[in-house]
Amino acid sequence: MNKFSWYEAKSVEDALQQVNSTVSKELYQATNKAAVFKSGGIDVFDWVKEGLLQPKKVINIRNIPGLDKINFDSKKGLRIGSNVTLAELASNPEIKTNYLALHQAVNHAATPQLRNVSTLGGNIAQRNRCWYFRSAEHECLRKGGYLCYAHHPENGENENHAIIDNGSCVSVHASSISTALMAHNATVVIADSEGKKKEVSMDDFFVSTSKDVSKENILEAKELITEIVLPAPTKNTKSAYIKQVERESYDWSLGDVAVVVEVSGNNTCRSASIVLGAAAPVPYRSMEAQQAIEDKTINAANAAVAAKAAMAIAQPLAKNSYKVPLFEATIKQAILEIS
Amino acid sequence: MEDKKQESGSQPKKAITRRSFLRGAGLSTAGSVLLTTNAFAIDYNEYPVAGEEFGPDAITIKMKVNGITKSLSVEPRTTLASALRDHLELTGTKVVCDRGSCSACTVYLDGEPVNSCMLSVFDVGEKEVTTIEGIAKDGELHPVQQAFIEHDASQCGYCTPGMVMSCVHLVDNNTNPNLEDVKKATRGNLCRCGTHPHVFKATLDASKKTI
Repeated sequence: MNKFSWYEAKSVEDALQQVNSTVSKELYQATNKAAVFKSGGIDVFDWVKEGLLQPKKVINIRNIPGLDKINFDSKKGLRIGSNVTLAELASNPEIKTNYLALHQAVNHAATPQLRNVSTLGGNIAQRNRCWYFRSAEHECLRKGGYLCYAHHPENGENENHAIIDNGSCVSVHASSISTALMAHNATVVIADSEGKKKEVSMDDFFVSTSKDVSKENILEAKELITEIVLPAPTKNTKSAYIKQVERESYDWSLGDVAVVVEVSGNNTCRSASIVLGAAAPVPYRSMEAQQAIEDKTINAANAAVAAKAAMAIAQPLAKNSYKVPLFEATIKQAILEIS
Repeated sequence: MEDKKQESGSQPKKAITRRSFLRGAGLSTAGSVLLTTNAFAIDYNEYPVAGEEFGPDAITIKMKVNGITKSLSVEPRTTLASALRDHLELTGTKVVCDRGSCSACTVYLDGEPVNSCMLSVFDVGEKEVTTIEGIAKDGELHPVQQAFIEHDASQCGYCTPGMVMSCVHLVDNNTNPNLEDVKKATRGNLCRCGTHPHVFKATLDASKKTI
């Protein structure tokens, strides 16, 4: 790692005064003068070790008081401080009872060691894991280059890449927890240097490659995630999350699905929120699947129709066509888990 | 990753605040002379404090490791793994992938397993670090360590310290773990020799011998 100084932030305001760039900005156009945030540091230090990020100063936001709380209120919902660790989320009984998809997603993410350090804010703000993007030898689209190496029809190693919205960069977002958060209709609270706070939906927090290939979320240099907020479930809310991986122990997602529905008495789906992870460059809300299952009885036939509808728009690359049947099966299974 | 910095030895106690130290160090020539003679560096070994900037050059900090408070001269880019291995000569902790993927570098931070390769030594603060060297007590191996020997749960040995740390944490926090619990606890620990079945047996066996 290059030499950098360390600033121990006292408060959100203090941290916002110290920072001058984001990891995304530095990867796209390195300045070597960057002062960037670090909380758990798993993603930030990964970039620094690779030499792709060379910060001048690291602002440690991990110990800022007040960002490490989980508050659940049956009427107001769930508020999670951005410094809450994945381990704290994984063992929280209220999350298990009220937000099952999130509970399952967190428990399938990373390793016990990483969950003890990784924070929720860092998890949703981390950059993707495309091997070309992470390689210092490849100046890809995401890093200000002209090529998406993964997109190459013959030489692109794209077996883990996107099957939806893959017209430019074909990476998939690394946070499988975001799949569940978006399905739960979570919002992200962001503080800026003028002391203002804004709350944006997860759908608006992520930036698609067609809009701006230089970043994966809307965060600007003088902005910091302070909380993630989930609306309160009703007594009819049910959720499920399934992640497909190559091996039994921890791994990155090949495809994960979160389903949050409002069901009425006769097992009819009143409204559905269906999100796919590792399908597109950012977590992908499948309007197609949602529309197909809404106002229908939740059964195998209707779940299969919804899964087919979701995959009708898929455009697999040379080496990832397996993801289409994988998602069809997983979407169907996730819908049926809530019946 | 970076050069090993000289350890600060035993230092006489003398009241001096960090600010007055920094002011003093600002007088570069005088400061460095005083530092080398060790008459001025005295009380400047503590933990990172909020609202202050440290580095990029090495400074002396305190760190609690295996029950003993150590003094070490480190840069913010020094990882906890490097601090343990290169500065404190606690080489039981292994660095293999250096990216938090294999968990060979597992140590405890206030009793919880973490990857020491992905933390700055400045992340430690006042928390206590426990390494593989701190697992045996008074010359007695932990039941998990003993069981690893009895069940031949080690082949090339590179993953073993991290594997032991994960299994000890499980056994110390769960009096009656099942196979699934052991698999979950070691899910981050990669072993390329494939010795997992012996690790599982050893840990389950050790759990019966731990109160």
